[in-house]
Amino acid sequence: MPRSYLKSAFAAGVVTGLASLGAATSAQAEDLTLCWAAWDPANALVALSKDFEAKSGHKMSFEFVPWPNFADRMLNELNSGGKLCDLMIGDSQWIGGAAENGQYVKLNDFFDKEGIKMSDFIPATVTGYSEWPKGTPNYWALPAFGDVVGWSYRKDWFSRPELQAEFKQKYGHELAVPKTFEELKHIAEFFQGRVIDGKTVYGAAIYTERGSEGITMGAMDVLYSYGFEYQNPDKPYELEGYVNSDKSVKGLEFYKELYNCCAPPGSSDAYMSENIDAYKSGQVALQMNFAFTWPGINADPNVGGDKSGYFPNPAGPDGKQFAQLGGQGISVVAISEKQDAALEYIKWFAQPDVQAKWWQLGGYSALRAVVEDPGFAKSQPYAQTFLDSMAIVKDFWAEPSYASLLQASQKRFHNYVVAGQGTAKEALDGLAADWKAIFEDEGKY
Amino acid sequence: MLDSSADRAVGETPPVVSKRSRGLSDRAIAWLFVAPSIFLLLAVNIFPLIWTVRLSFTNFRVNRPNAEVQFVGLKNYISVLTDGDIWQTMQATAHFLIWTIVLQVLIGFALAYLINKKFRGNDMWTTIIVLPMMLSPAVVGNFWTFLYQPQIGLFNYAVGYLTGTDPSTFSMIGDVSLAPWAIVIVDTWMWTPFVMLICLAGLRSIPSSIYEAAECDRASKWRQFWTITIPMVLPFLMLAVLFRGIENFKMFDLVVQLTGGGPGSITELTSINLKREAFEKWRTGYASAYAVILFVTVFGLASIYVKALNKVKQR
Repeated sequence: MPRSYLKSAFAAGVVTGLASLGAATSAQAEDLTLCWAAWDPANALVALSKDFEAKSGHKMSFEFVPWPNFADRMLNELNSGGKLCDLMIGDSQWIGGAAENGQYVKLNDFFDKEGIKMSDFIPATVTGYSEWPKGTPNYWALPAFGDVVGWSYRKDWFSRPELQAEFKQKYGHELAVPKTFEELKHIAEFFQGRVIDGKTVYGAAIYTERGSEGITMGAMDVLYSYGFEYQNPDKPYELEGYVNSDKSVKGLEFYKELYNCCAPPGSSDAYMSENIDAYKSGQVALQMNFAFTWPGINADPNVGGDKSGYFPNPAGPDGKQFAQLGGQGISVVAISEKQDAALEYIKWFAQPDVQAKWWQLGGYSALRAVVEDPGFAKSQPYAQTFLDSMAIVKDFWAEPSYASLLQASQKRFHNYVVAGQGTAKEALDGLAADWKAIFEDEGKY
Repeated sequence: MLDSSADRAVGETPPVVSKRSRGLSDRAIAWLFVAPSIFLLLAVNIFPLIWTVRLSFTNFRVNRPNAEVQFVGLKNYISVLTDGDIWQTMQATAHFLIWTIVLQVLIGFALAYLINKKFRGNDMWTTIIVLPMMLSPAVVGNFWTFLYQPQIGLFNYAVGYLTGTDPSTFSMIGDVSLAPWAIVIVDTWMWTPFVMLICLAGLRSIPSSIYEAAECDRASKWRQFWTITIPMVLPFLMLAVLFRGIENFKMFDLVVQLTGGGPGSITELTSINLKREAFEKWRTGYASAYAVILFVTVFGLASIYVKALNKVKQR
């Protein structure tokens, strides 16, 4: 063999060896970035992910954005083809757009290969966080964080005999966890402006935020139980008579009445954090908020422990009882160059022992093995309420045009409820017309 | 226009420089110096502008990379100009623009007139007065939401103290009739010092000899004010109006922090509405047409105003 050939072969061998070494190294130790909202559960996830780092050798980085800017920031990232995120815990309503625009990796083959079954998760979370189109076995995310709008209340105030007696005399029923929205309003009215322990308190902190999704989440939370439907169940995208039905109108009128009678002063733009502040500072008797707030309330020195209780959304006038779904699934971003490592994370995260630890740290697991465990309901004071609430969820549109649909409802609801412009009927007629125009634009008719 | 700038630069190049350089013509050297600026201008301003105009004639949506982009002619422009909601945001913007300018000019001029007088602590007061304009609008918006808070806000407390009203009975940013004034008050608080500084420059540019001559002619202070001070400060005032007008037409951050455009859409200014169309609804083509219309409006109004300003200066 000529000497030059030997040199070339040696050089090729060295290059190949180094390249394969490099490849092996990168397969073993990727730097993964997970994007999510900046809130308490995100801190729990950071703690939880240390186990993954230790086990896999991958390093986890996190990009957390506060809720009011979360959708703006992350949807910009996805739409612009940014490579910041390898894993995205995106909002449930993004799933349609992300699936249709190829921004998330479809996970069916991966789930089949790894033996991850969607039937192991709470059905509502699978539909809400993972499926697109809805109701079909096409999965784009693993249910990561179950969440739902519910209520926390001042148990210590409710248990005062003098207040109980006064309340019963005034409204004819017990001062207790409300079974209907009418009862909830009675409680809110009762506490509005009342002086308790030398301090003026108010009835109920509810969602009124204009900028992102707040007032829609709050109003829908009530409207569902009053009979609101997004569309004709037998004829998709037929909105007239469903969005603006008489029952929907009654529901929206109720939400406005609740805002007018019983919200603390200055709550014209309140969402999750404002309501937490109002409740923790002892201003309100009732607080509408997502379940993620409950661990923080339970641990709070002022209102935590036995001072607070939790209950799911009450029923509407016809006895129907629904609640607004929150929560997110975890997806692999299609543009990521580290998809194998990202999938490895999802495989790890889906394990029952990891999910059990996730619940212990303050994350709401959607794995049935965790929530159906006999000890789960009593593991935390709010655990049963979480289970009851997750059984009655409904979600906002998850269409690719969800952002336009959401902006329309934000505007219509805020104009009516907070600004007091027009009637509930006009607001919902306008909303039906707005949504119809958006769907027409999408070629749905 | 660019060619004429380059030609002018060539024409103004001293002969000594041209003799020193070897191998490059005067024109080439001039272009060499001007080129980086031209490149930056094209890349940062002109190209995006042309691209926006192009997009405004399409149905492009940035969140639909797979969708076919179609030419839609003037459809987006017609939609924008016939949209009642956009005219409502125009009204909100006009209310904000007119009242902030009126208040800032009046108060800014009055402050400048006072500061221009010699008194003890003059410098200290000037520094204190200009502090608000040095803050970030986002910060100002945030802390004014606290000042406007009905239960703990200082503003509400002060109003309650002075009028005898219960502070928790009114919400400056939650009430439809008060919110438009709430944003006017904050912008006035923040930017009046800017107008004051411009007016102060104008007042200090008036030669004292003119006032001395007027004194000799026994002109009253009142007459001196109307026949000397105002006419000589007027170009400065007009410049301040131009700056504040352009800035407030584009107002976004301060109002977003304060009211988010609410309650309802009462304080939704055009820039907030445009941002929602472009980056929340992702109607890129439509939002581009909207942006072009706003650009032409501001550019047109500003050009007319600058001509008027030049006429005043020549007088």
